[in-house]
Amino acid sequence: MPPAAPPLYPITLQHGLILGALLFAIGIVGALTKRNAIAILMSIELMLNGVIVTFVAFARHAIPSDLTGQVFGIFIMTVAAAEAAVGLAIVIAVHRVRRTVEVDAIDTLQG
Amino acid sequence: MAQYAWLIPLLPLISFALIAFGLRRSPAASGWVTALAVLGSLILSLSIFAQALGGGCVQSVCIDQSYDWIPLVGSPSLAIGIRVDALTALMLVVVTSVSFLVQVYSTGYMRHGADDDPVETNGYARSYARYFASMSLFTFSMLGLVLANSLLTIYLFWEGVGLCSYLLIGHWHWRPEAAAAAKKAFLVTRLGDFGFLLGILYLFSQAHTFQFDQLAQMAASGLIGGTALTIAMLLIFCGAAGKSAQFPLHVWLPDAMEGPTPVSALIHAATMVAAGVYLMARVFPLLVHSDLALQIVATIGAFTAIFAASMGLVATDIKRVMAYSTISQLGYMMLGIGVGAATAGVFHLFNHAFFKALLFLGAGSVIHLVNSNEMFASMGGLRRYRPVTMLTMWIAALSLAGIPPFSGFWSKDEILAAAATRAMPLYLAALVTVFMTAFYMGRVMFVTFYGEFRGDRHTLEHDHGEPMSMTIPLIILAIPSLFTGLWGAPFLGSGFAAFIEGPGAPEVATRLDVVVLSSALAFLGGLLSWGMYGRGSFTIPERLTAQLSWPHHVLMDRYHLDHLYNWIASRVVLGLAWLAGQFDTLIVDGAVNGIGARTVQLGSVLRRLQTGQVQTYGWVLFAGAVFLALLVALPIVTAGHL
Repeated sequence: MPPAAPPLYPITLQHGLILGALLFAIGIVGALTKRNAIAILMSIELMLNGVIVTFVAFARHAIPSDLTGQVFGIFIMTVAAAEAAVGLAIVIAVHRVRRTVEVDAIDTLQG
Repeated sequence: MAQYAWLIPLLPLISFALIAFGLRRSPAASGWVTALAVLGSLILSLSIFAQALGGGCVQSVCIDQSYDWIPLVGSPSLAIGIRVDALTALMLVVVTSVSFLVQVYSTGYMRHGADDDPVETNGYARSYARYFASMSLFTFSMLGLVLANSLLTIYLFWEGVGLCSYLLIGHWHWRPEAAAAAKKAFLVTRLGDFGFLLGILYLFSQAHTFQFDQLAQMAASGLIGGTALTIAMLLIFCGAAGKSAQFPLHVWLPDAMEGPTPVSALIHAATMVAAGVYLMARVFPLLVHSDLALQIVATIGAFTAIFAASMGLVATDIKRVMAYSTISQLGYMMLGIGVGAATAGVFHLFNHAFFKALLFLGAGSVIHLVNSNEMFASMGGLRRYRPVTMLTMWIAALSLAGIPPFSGFWSKDEILAAAATRAMPLYLAALVTVFMTAFYMGRVMFVTFYGEFRGDRHTLEHDHGEPMSMTIPLIILAIPSLFTGLWGAPFLGSGFAAFIEGPGAPEVATRLDVVVLSSALAFLGGLLSWGMYGRGSFTIPERLTAQLSWPHHVLMDRYHLDHLYNWIASRVVLGLAWLAGQFDTLIVDGAVNGIGARTVQLGSVLRRLQTGQVQTYGWVLFAGAVFLALLVALPIVTAGHL
């Protein structure tokens, strides 16, 4: 079987980093501007995904022989799933008490 | 026998616990439990005394044992312990025997309490059991004090007897005078005790031990001495002066007569007030190495003797005369110690304990009869009602006055002889005191027992005689008042000095001129009192009082000292307290409150930062992270590595 020809447009490290940075930026803007707590949780997931993409990109290009970055990505997904579960539970609990999930209405700790 | 010495204080402590926790509802038992416990202590004390007397102790120390109370790192442990030597054995007998007789006497005297003491249905005063609980506790503390082998141990019990004295002076606490007198006694003696504590600590810092035998050895070998020893001795003397009512801390003792009379007999005549003298005798091996301290002790003693006796000349309350007399006699003992005749001082303490207890119990007997302390207003002619009291009191009075061959004569004479050899001015003061003593004792006896009864006839009508429990102690106490002096009589070999100082004691100095002079003065004083008061009418003293109204007033007002102390307390001390209070509220509190107020102000500004908006915090967090990232990245970028 002949060796596969190199792709016409190879995915370089920069592609991965730019994608990760975009995902992270979209996520952080969402997390800091959205009023709905569920939307904020979703934005945080985006930020985490941006991080995963960055990890994988570095792993693929810097140390191709090793799978450390990819394993790290899987770990982050696991933790993110747990985080989403806990976060949603908190949101539901808050909603039960305060009948709202708008974060700017939840300011009990105001000085 | 001496190894059981620790049982002696334990028995009264057990009786205290029994009464305090069990017998409060059965007063009759409380009295007899106390008397029995003290009787047990008395028997043990007598057997130890016999052992010491028979020479059964090594170098006159029967036992000296310590127990580590608080172990300390890097310094000797704090130990408490007991020591039995000749002096202890003697004091044990004095304390237990007088205490036992006083307890027996109290079962009669205190039964109906004071006239304002509510009597329960069982016929006993409500405060009866409490009285015996306090008396037991006192006897325990006093015996512990006597047995102590170190300054630390003695200090513990020293405060114990002070507490019991407070409780018993204020026994009839619903009387404002009794409550005030108790407080005064406690505060004034505490003032002295403060010096005592400082002295103990100072001596410990120099010698690193509290124990009497080690301290004495160190003083003898010159390891402690000089100014340090003088300071320590004078501070310890402060405590002794407070307890033994020496000038200027004597003011509490006359007021302490507000307590029940048996209390005055036991605590404020025979035992506790003698504790100061006992303490000075205990530390005497150290004291002799400081001439200045000796001189001060002697001077204060002699001055107190004459000073208190002069107030005794005019007092009209029979117990107050006795109180002044006690202060005066304690002054004698201090004088004896100060002129180097510590054994003579202790001998006087020993004799005085018996005859003064007897005088107080006799006074209690007539007070019980007429329900008043006033000799001129409520007494007179009482020899028909209380012949035994009169007879026994005469023995004690002659002994106190120093008429040979009664006991007081022998000990007083030894002190006078030592003073005559060592300090002439003090000797003269003591001679004047001898004259005054004989005069005021004669006055008490003539005014109380002779002439016509001057009080309210009704008080005598329901006199059914006094209970045997009150009469018998008087008779028993008369025996030592008659004979104990002979133990120290030079022509019988001065057995007392040999006992206290052990074999090889220096011969007791006797001076015939002193003997003749002091006896003559005592006779003259007695004769003068008979001339003025012995013939039933008081025209001479009344005329004298009218002519010498100013000195009389000064003496009656106790040299205005109480006013002076009151003034100092109310003006100087309270003024300083006011100043300190102002400093505290304005400066200390001002600083603390000011810091607090500024903090609150700053907080009210800073709290605006806390919006409670979680996204604001998120922005700040993000900005901080970006800032830190730039901080790291910029130098790398500008250096051109990227």
